[in-house]
Amino acid sequence: MNIELIIGILNIVLISTTPLVFAGIGELVTEKSGVLNLGLEGLMLVGAVSGFITLVLTGNYFYSLLLSIISGVILSGIFAFLVLNLMTNQIATGLALTIFGIGLSAMLGKKFSGTPIEGLSPYYFIIISFLLVLSVGYFLSKTKSGLMVRAVGENHNSAYALGYNVIKTRYLTIIFGGVMSSLAGYYISICYAPMWQEGMTAGRGWIALALVVFATWKPWRLLIGAYIFGGVAIMQMNLQAIGVKLPGQFFNMMPYLATIIVLVFISSNKLRLKLSAPASLNVPFEKNQ
Amino acid sequence: MQSIVEFRNIYKSYPGVIANDNVSFKINEQSIHAILGENGAGKSTLVKILYGHVKPDSGEILINSDLAIINSPSTAKNLGINMVFQHFSLFESLTVAENLILGMNENISLSKLKNNSKTICDKYGFNLNLNSPISSLSVGQRQSVEIVRSLLNNPKILIMDEPTSVLTPDEISKLFKIIKKLVKDGLTVIFISHKLEEIINLSDYVTIMRNGKVVSTISTKNEDPETLGYKMLGYKVSKAKQVSDINFSQEIFNIKNLSTQSKDPFTINLNKIDLNLKKGQIFGIAGVAGNGQKELMEILLNENDYEFSGDIIFKDLNINNLSTFQRKSLSISYVTEERLGHSAVPEMSLSENIFLSMNHKSEFKKGDFINFEKINSYASDVINNFNVDTPSYNVKAGKLSGGNLQKFIIGREIMSNPELLILSQPTWGIDAGSEAFIKKTIVELSQKGVSIIIISHDLDELLEVCHEISVLYEGSLSNPLKVDNINITKLGKYMGGLFD
Repeated sequence: MNIELIIGILNIVLISTTPLVFAGIGELVTEKSGVLNLGLEGLMLVGAVSGFITLVLTGNYFYSLLLSIISGVILSGIFAFLVLNLMTNQIATGLALTIFGIGLSAMLGKKFSGTPIEGLSPYYFIIISFLLVLSVGYFLSKTKSGLMVRAVGENHNSAYALGYNVIKTRYLTIIFGGVMSSLAGYYISICYAPMWQEGMTAGRGWIALALVVFATWKPWRLLIGAYIFGGVAIMQMNLQAIGVKLPGQFFNMMPYLATIIVLVFISSNKLRLKLSAPASLNVPFEKNQ
Repeated sequence: MQSIVEFRNIYKSYPGVIANDNVSFKINEQSIHAILGENGAGKSTLVKILYGHVKPDSGEILINSDLAIINSPSTAKNLGINMVFQHFSLFESLTVAENLILGMNENISLSKLKNNSKTICDKYGFNLNLNSPISSLSVGQRQSVEIVRSLLNNPKILIMDEPTSVLTPDEISKLFKIIKKLVKDGLTVIFISHKLEEIINLSDYVTIMRNGKVVSTISTKNEDPETLGYKMLGYKVSKAKQVSDINFSQEIFNIKNLSTQSKDPFTINLNKIDLNLKKGQIFGIAGVAGNGQKELMEILLNENDYEFSGDIIFKDLNINNLSTFQRKSLSISYVTEERLGHSAVPEMSLSENIFLSMNHKSEFKKGDFINFEKINSYASDVINNFNVDTPSYNVKAGKLSGGNLQKFIIGREIMSNPELLILSQPTWGIDAGSEAFIKKTIVELSQKGVSIIIISHDLDELLEVCHEISVLYEGSLSNPLKVDNINITKLGKYMGGLFD
């Protein structure tokens, strides 16, 4: 292996991992406030298709980015309304959101499948993703609003008793998470691919979810984890290039296998999971009337 | 004197119960006003309404003679009302400083917070380390954090919901000094309790509540515990007095050198616990909550394979590795602290709850089927023998009042003829009638030769029924004290950890 090949691999890892960072950091904030949103995959797909269609129709990158963000706000807003106001089960609602997002994006994007566009450079987004992780880390650990998010996720009854608006805080974190997932999708269809294809996020939403647990809800660990996960995915191409004779499916399986191994490893230590997980995660909040 | 708070016809009902029934009274400025009542009398609901935590169905609250609409805790705080909760509203995994910041109305810098809290701590004699996580603090220290957090907002009214229920006698007298100083400095304190002596010692006025209604609001000057107790209950309660000074001989249950080494900071490690229990003896384990009671009960029950070293011996048999049901088969019975969700499944009928805790007994099964005939007759016997007020054994456990459910659970265990009965908080949060009945039942049971262990935070209860009491403090168990001629000062010191 020569230097150029290594740089090439690193470059690909960098480019292909960014959606995981976006979706993961958004979900991390949502989960820190005590809400589990399993709808990332759906949010990403809708974010990807809405940005793509707008770009094809208007040719304007700003509008396409804006529409992608709006799609995230609307979808995660619906999710927030369901789980916060109507107190539906978060897991079921999140799964429904994913299924809905897969179907909706396929329907909307049907006509645009295979339409060529001129993509954006991924490097802006890569820089933004790093800054994002830094600012989320700063926000959660150093600001009072960040402390409030953690407090709500830790013990929503106490937070309410102290006069904090639990529902409003969670609306904001869910919508932040939704927008981040949309951006991840936008990046995939506009920068990474750039094209639209049904189901093109290929399970990245699920990997991002696993990533949050892997990172034990810490932003900087999430960044490292994302690159490990991304690296595993990229390894397949390069191993094949070197001439390792294994079926392609085996390599496609690798990120999921890595996810499962990591999850088993982490949850084998109950104490560690208990100490780092937000205590109110996935617990519905009911106002005492 | 001017009234700072006035309740006018506050009404609040929950399905099946009226928590506050047209409650009206006034609270004078710069006074200590106690609200007295049994569990379920509606005291907590009333102060939660004042704090904006619960919405009343109707009624008005006046603050300084102005009508106040308090629909959330943050409005209450803006009006100068702060509350110290019975079950603390602290964030376990956050530090003291972070908890204090979260309680502040306005944003302030960390250095200013440190100054302000230091001023308060010095003035009133609190001792806080701002950087320790809450999970590492004792219950008394946690309460200090709660009080300091409230005081940082310069409140005019401070509500304290049963603040003494988790404190040692020493800590209580310290707290009372602080409260009196606070009132001198201009604060009005609303103090909730069901302990009569405390109210007479501390407060200026007392509002007595019974079944959601105000019985009267009076000055505490001319009251003594008996007159106040009669007003609270409406009848006199006779105490179950333990026949004392018996020489017990036959050993039945031993704990030897029991220790745990958990790394979980949210649990207390037990430290070389030794305990000897004789036939027919009632042994009390006193101590403030959170000193290892939960962990000890967990090991005695063995539901979750809690790791420990040492030996547990029942009638010369080492039961360390026996499961809960195996232990029950040896005639050990348990009544756990949590009535709903642990001792009984709220959504299942009383009969079904009998089967769930007794399914080690073959008489309740026909092959693989449940023998409902037997279970129902067992349930009826429990209901009849233990004065459980319920229309039938088909009623869901969650529908019973705390006192009735507790009588049912204790009855269920006693009817299985245990030789050893282990109870955790047997009368916590139930009405005085049921409490008296349960205590009497326990005493009678011991006279029939059953050995009993009671783990309780309620010292009065232990002094009433036990033969011997040990204190659990930070995972260590004190030497036992005979209840006869017990030295209360010594017991108080034990509760503060002063024993070898």
